Amino acid sequence: MLNLTSANPIVEIDHLSYWYDSSFLSLDDISFVMEQADLLGIIGPNGAGKTTLFNCILGILPDYRGTVKLFGKEIMKNRKVLLSNVGYVPQHTSIEQSFPANIEEIISFGLLGSLEKFSRSYAKDQVHKAMQIVGLTDKKNKRFNELSGGQQQRVLIAKAMVHNPKLLILDEPTSGIDEDTQDKFYDLIRKLNAEEKISIILSSHDLDAISKLANKVACINRKMHFHGDAKDFFGDENMLKTYYESAMQAHLRLHQFNAKSNPQNVPST
Amino acid sequence: MQRALISGIAVATICSAIGLFLVLRKHSLFGDAMSHVAFGGLSIGLFLNLYPTWTAYAFTLIAALGITKMTDSIKIPPDSSVAILLSSGLATGIVLISLSGGYSLDLFSFLFGSILLISTQDTITIVFLSISILSIIVIMYRRLMYITFDDKQARVSGINVKFANYIFIVLAAITVVTSIRLVGVLLISALIVLPNITAILFGKGFKKTAVISVGIAVVSVVLGIIISYLANVAPAGAIVLTSVAIFLCTIVTREIRKSIRSGKITEPNVHNRSH
Repeated sequence: MLNLTSANPIVEIDHLSYWYDSSFLSLDDISFVMEQADLLGIIGPNGAGKTTLFNCILGILPDYRGTVKLFGKEIMKNRKVLLSNVGYVPQHTSIEQSFPANIEEIISFGLLGSLEKFSRSYAKDQVHKAMQIVGLTDKKNKRFNELSGGQQQRVLIAKAMVHNPKLLILDEPTSGIDEDTQDKFYDLIRKLNAEEKISIILSSHDLDAISKLANKVACINRKMHFHGDAKDFFGDENMLKTYYESAMQAHLRLHQFNAKSNPQNVPST
Repeated sequence: MQRALISGIAVATICSAIGLFLVLRKHSLFGDAMSHVAFGGLSIGLFLNLYPTWTAYAFTLIAALGITKMTDSIKIPPDSSVAILLSSGLATGIVLISLSGGYSLDLFSFLFGSILLISTQDTITIVFLSISILSIIVIMYRRLMYITFDDKQARVSGINVKFANYIFIVLAAITVVTSIRLVGVLLISALIVLPNITAILFGKGFKKTAVISVGIAVVSVVLGIIISYLANVAPAGAIVLTSVAIFLCTIVTREIRKSIRSGKITEPNVHNRSH
């Protein structure tokens, strides 16, 4: 069992860089530390490297340069043990909508990778508890595609936390979800962080939501532009101006990269 | 007839169980491609005067694992890998048939199925392989289900996705070759796809969908064999047409129920009739 005290950071990223196909630099010398019970908002424009950063933290992209530590240990040296303490919710779009599994079955997927061997009744209790926390107990026999976008995200959160992780990583979890549902979703995130004491990394384009939810902010656009207290970032007009300027630059850079790698698919501007 | 029913039920069960994962991974035609590779393998056996079923197993396994390795390492799109498997298997078969001077009776029985002529030895082999395949699926089904749902999340959870996928491909290849005796090379994909597509229409939950799919496949095979016996028609065609009929009946029933619910069709009301 990992000993998590405030002296032990949850996530340590040191001089992390990542190239796609040895040609496109997606992350350039990123460093930051995340403490226990932090709610860290990762912001940055499309193509800024947010998902790449998560993939490095989760060990999905192992060929990075630099150091990635979870709970004080290098991720690639002990990936399975470390990830059994992490819950991950991907971007909404990557899920197959016609999948016939019901909600109970999908949430129980979260127990599969855990190193602990659960009895059937304990596993059932854990699934029920996770459903209660996200408020979906009455939907347990529904199919995934019978739920609204917001409810589907709740299912994925329940799946990510069913094995009692210490860290939740949420990759743009509210993209494509209406505003009312987003508010309910953010309430849930707040509750998980405050009441269940789960450390959370959340990436989003919604600066308003990040300003209300996160106590720490990391603003990346390939490079780290800011890392620190959320109030320092959102209270600094120059910082926000720099953010919007870099967002525009990133958009142009992504467009140029797409044009170079696949000229037919890039619309003219 | 008894042997045909026993092996038919065994093959229906494994085809629908493997097929559910193939259909959900959008690899419905993978079974078709592998059956064409098996055709190439059968031709090798007939050409070299070896037992054709075993050469079909060997050739299909090598091809399926090879194409999976290639897809992994040089990132070929899945539909293109299906096209490569399908055409190379068929081409091998055609070349060897032309070299050996034309189609033999054996080859026809593999192309269109010959379940009513199945031997006791074949029945024992089919039942043994089916029980083995089904046991492995039952052991791995939660992991396979998670990988099918989202392989990236499964990988993050610590599941060895690559290994599980290779095991699955081996099971799928063995299933296809084992099933060829029942419905033949040309119709095998129907038995893999149709019961699952029908079950997905109304299955609430993965387990229930799998059970419904196996049920539909078994009913199709049993009814198909009985119809072929009574009407003296080819059993493979009768089995697949029964499966198609169940699929169409399900769609029609579903649409009628939907229309009744939405009020487009009103149920007959006896109270409104004039006396």
